[in-house]
Amino acid sequence: MNIQIKKYYYGDIPEDQAGGFVSSSTQSSDKNEWPLWEVFIRSKQGLDHKHAGSLHAVDAAMAVENARDVYTRRQEGVSIWVVESKYIHASDPTEANSMFDPAADKIYRHPTFYDLPDELKHM
Amino acid sequence: MNAHIDYIIHLADTTLILSQRNSEWCGHGPILEQDIAITNISLDLLGQSRYFYQHAATLLNTKNKSENTTEDSLAYLRGEREFKNLLITELPNGDWGQTILRQFFVSVYHSLLYQQLLKSSDTQIAAIAEKSLKEVAYHIKWSSEWVIRLGNGTEESHRRMVDAINNLWAYTGEMFVPADYEVEAAKMGIGIDSASLKEEWINKIEPVFSEATLPVPEKIFMQLGGKSGVHTEYLGYILTDLQYLQRVYPGAQW
Repeated sequence: MNIQIKKYYYGDIPEDQAGGFVSSSTQSSDKNEWPLWEVFIRSKQGLDHKHAGSLHAVDAAMAVENARDVYTRRQEGVSIWVVESKYIHASDPTEANSMFDPAADKIYRHPTFYDLPDELKHM
Repeated sequence: MNAHIDYIIHLADTTLILSQRNSEWCGHGPILEQDIAITNISLDLLGQSRYFYQHAATLLNTKNKSENTTEDSLAYLRGEREFKNLLITELPNGDWGQTILRQFFVSVYHSLLYQQLLKSSDTQIAAIAEKSLKEVAYHIKWSSEWVIRLGNGTEESHRRMVDAINNLWAYTGEMFVPADYEVEAAKMGIGIDSASLKEEWINKIEPVFSEATLPVPEKIFMQLGGKSGVHTEYLGYILTDLQYLQRVYPGAQW
């Protein structure tokens, strides 16, 4: 058996530093480089968190504070999530054709064949 | 009335000079995110100083109708001896540890001071204090976490924090020795007796130092003078930077 499973990681995380299968550690192997974190901001109550960008920080507490300073200084948010970038796993861009294209001609999956009453909002 | 205005200018000068010092980090922070953090704090402080200057200018113009004092003339056209900022704010930044330690010391002081100023009979001062308190709360959180991180970090970061304490401690006493105008302003219900904040200030510093494994210094000689216009040699250089444009091109705008 010689099956190779290739993992794809988000952003600019080198594969050997990526998490998932390795024990969790916030220490980057490069002493001068702080780990990268992804920042999600909720702009107001009731909405969901949206990816805002990324930043460097030594730990989660500092990541939240840095996110506050970098991404909410113009009143963009009411809530912040951070996650270390290495824990985000991404789909393989070379497989995009087989992953997403098959959905393109299946219009019946869209709920566009129903007449909605006018009173119904937020659909 | 003079004490009232002097008191406001003292509050304004302290925040302006600290803002100016912190802004020197702009583009030089240890990492982009912290560069933005210290610059944000610098802007918060600048905002506070502007409110105080604007208020002082209004009072000065009411008192003397022939003058046209503005926040700009107060910031840009006064000499060293007229500045009433705390000495600690004009000291050089030193390393990152010294900068954040100073921010921690001053932010804790400001938080206690502004709490009391909420009760000021000058409603404008009370309003500025209320607005500033939220900013100051974040400055304390940010700076105290750095004090703990560095004090309790590596051998080198600990040593640098101890050096920073030794460099700055002698300048903390000035916060709690009121100038004449402070005493006067406190009597009028405008300001507060800053000596009354000393114990609480120490009580806020100690737990952070203890978590950071940093020593609280013994009683030592404290430097005074900034509040009454007697400054270190550093202030002149700061004002040269800050005021150059308005001095050389009076009234210049951009």
